[in-house]
Amino acid sequence: MKVLVAIKRVVDYNVKVRPKADGSDVDLNNVKMSLNPFCEIAVEEAVRLKEAGKVTEIIAVSVGAKVVQEQLRTALALGADRAIMIETDNNVQPLGVAKLLNAVVAKESPDLVILGKQSIDGDNNQTGQMLAALSGMGQGTFASNVELGDGSVEVTREVDGGLQTVSLKLPAVVTTDLRLNEPRYASLPNIMKAKKKPLDIFTPEDLGVTLAASVTTLSVEPPAERQAGIKVASVEELVDKLRNEAKVIS
Amino acid sequence: MSILVIAEHDNASLKSSTLNTVAAASALGGDVHILVAGSGCAAAANEAAAASGVAKVIVADNAAYGNQLAENIAGLVVEVAADYDYVLAGATGNGKNFMPRIAALLDVQMISEIISVESADTFKRPIYAGNVIATVQSTDAKKVITVRTTAFDPVAASGGSAEQVAIDTASDAGVSSFVGEELAVSDRPELTAAGIVVSGGRGMQNGDNFKLIEAVADKLNAAMGASRAAVDAGFVPNDMQVGQTGKIVAPELYIAVGISGAIQHLAGMKDSKVIVAINKDEDAPIFQVADYGLVADLFDVLPELEAQL
Ligand SMILES: Cc1cc2nc3c(=O)[nH]c(=O)nc-3n(C[C@H](O)[C@H](O)[C@H](O)COP(=O)(O)OP(=O)(O)OC[C@H]3O[C@@H](n4cnc5c(N)ncnc54)[C@H](O)[C@@H]3O)c2cc1C
Ligand SMILES: Nc1ncnc2c1ncn2[C@@H]1O[C@H](COP(=O)(O)O)[C@@H](O)[C@H]1O
Repeated sequence: MKVLVAIKRVVDYNVKVRPKADGSDVDLNNVKMSLNPFCEIAVEEAVRLKEAGKVTEIIAVSVGAKVVQEQLRTALALGADRAIMIETDNNVQPLGVAKLLNAVVAKESPDLVILGKQSIDGDNNQTGQMLAALSGMGQGTFASNVELGDGSVEVTREVDGGLQTVSLKLPAVVTTDLRLNEPRYASLPNIMKAKKKPLDIFTPEDLGVTLAASVTTLSVEPPAERQAGIKVASVEELVDKLRNEAKVIS
Repeated sequence: MSILVIAEHDNASLKSSTLNTVAAASALGGDVHILVAGSGCAAAANEAAAASGVAKVIVADNAAYGNQLAENIAGLVVEVAADYDYVLAGATGNGKNFMPRIAALLDVQMISEIISVESADTFKRPIYAGNVIATVQSTDAKKVITVRTTAFDPVAASGGSAEQVAIDTASDAGVSSFVGEELAVSDRPELTAAGIVVSGGRGMQNGDNFKLIEAVADKLNAAMGASRAAVDAGFVPNDMQVGQTGKIVAPELYIAVGISGAIQHLAGMKDSKVIVAINKDEDAPIFQVADYGLVADLFDVLPELEAQL
């Protein structure tokens, strides 16, 4: 079986991002960039399926500027067999990414496509579901467990009240939640080996996809700051404040 | 203008997030209709019809929609959406699951988790774990939007008397099926709708110690939440996680116990009206957002707090 894993380069999760002074966009000058945490989990899940003998080939794919090669190399070092980069300098929105991924799906016919549930920059949580729609596949979003069978996959999903399990016909789309697995670190020898693994480059035109950006960001601003509060000295004082000052308990 | 709101429900009753979503729809101006797609969902449809500000309720009662499978719901909504300018749902687990699928089938971008309606085509939404608020404009003819429910006060659950129209399309995409579920049963208020939330973090040390939180929550009729660290460590189930990638809450009172205040956690609770932090580390970042901070050992504080409530 062949697995396609979609990965995104994003601001590292430890960075506290701020708007630029003119409010035109966020300030990403000199900030650390990483593989989106949910995409790390996606790669890890594919690698585990391969280690379990259920998967024979893992292809990592990313859409973005030339620099996304760094994250593709990371995915190769973690265990992907080859990589596809769809190069564009435009900021591609989720529907556009999904259309490009759908074109790769048409070329590669994977049995399973694994994506992160959410990119931690745009916080969209859309791309996997959109790819599933465009390709007509079933979707197992927010997965905390994946059992790959012969013609189907059982996905346990994190839902508001707990967990839900669905069965999907293959090929299918899975998006990862945090508890699906604990991603490994790439070892030095694997990082070296990854440099020699194949990486193909396409443009959106090569794939016959025209990108339209129908949602524009007009401005960005910091969120409302909270007033600095006070420290209380005792439980008694706390209860008194909550009752008589904030009036949130009776 | 006409707006279709997709109801959040469990067939037997309507979830309150639907009322927040109707509020966002009302802010757009125009006729608000609710689609109740489910199986044996008449009770939920009746509640939807009673909600204030709703002109019509469309009921699709069919086994294919019983478990809210995204593939089936999306097929249905795409048909129904032909008559509407907007499709809205709450940014709940279900809404996040099926709305992007609907948007892609309609060939439009989707706008996730809006926190305000600026005009008919312009909205605000948080990005980067809520560290930045973006104002976005959509030129799509049909707008597919999820609503951060905590940002819109719910419309009244009663007072309306919308007409109900049944439709009998059965859209089974045939690619997915429901196997089972494990839902937490609790008498507590729902986490995302509770007036008071008491959350525990890694500082709780183990699942058993959450009994201390439970005792306080009982006194306050509060919901219980947790940080990701507490969930990851297996202290409590995943549906209690508050944060960027968990649940978003904005109660009147949020009490954070043994939680350091990582940005990903703050993203889920910093719009709470009053925040209390109990932490033994006076430099914990949670104190920067807390209205009332108590620097103390939680194992001393929680029993005392329970006794004084
Ligand atoms: C992609 C991604 C998404 C994430 N999403 C979320 C999310 O949605 N929600 C979330 O919460 N986190 C999320 N995180 C994790 C987040 O970064 C933090 O790791 C997590 O919130 C820390 O949880 P904590 O505060 O319980 O633990 P810690 O940071 O370990 O803090 C424990 C606190 O307890 C205090 N303490 C210990 N013992 C006592 C005692 N006896 N009395 C009083 N205080 C005590 C300590 O002083 C400390 O401040 C995410 C991370 C990533 C990478
Ligand atoms: N530019 C991209 N290239 C490859 N995969 C992407 C890209 N953008 C999003 N994805 C995938 O879609 C997931 C969800 O992203 P989003 O819908 O933006 O929250 C990510 O975790 C990735 O797996």
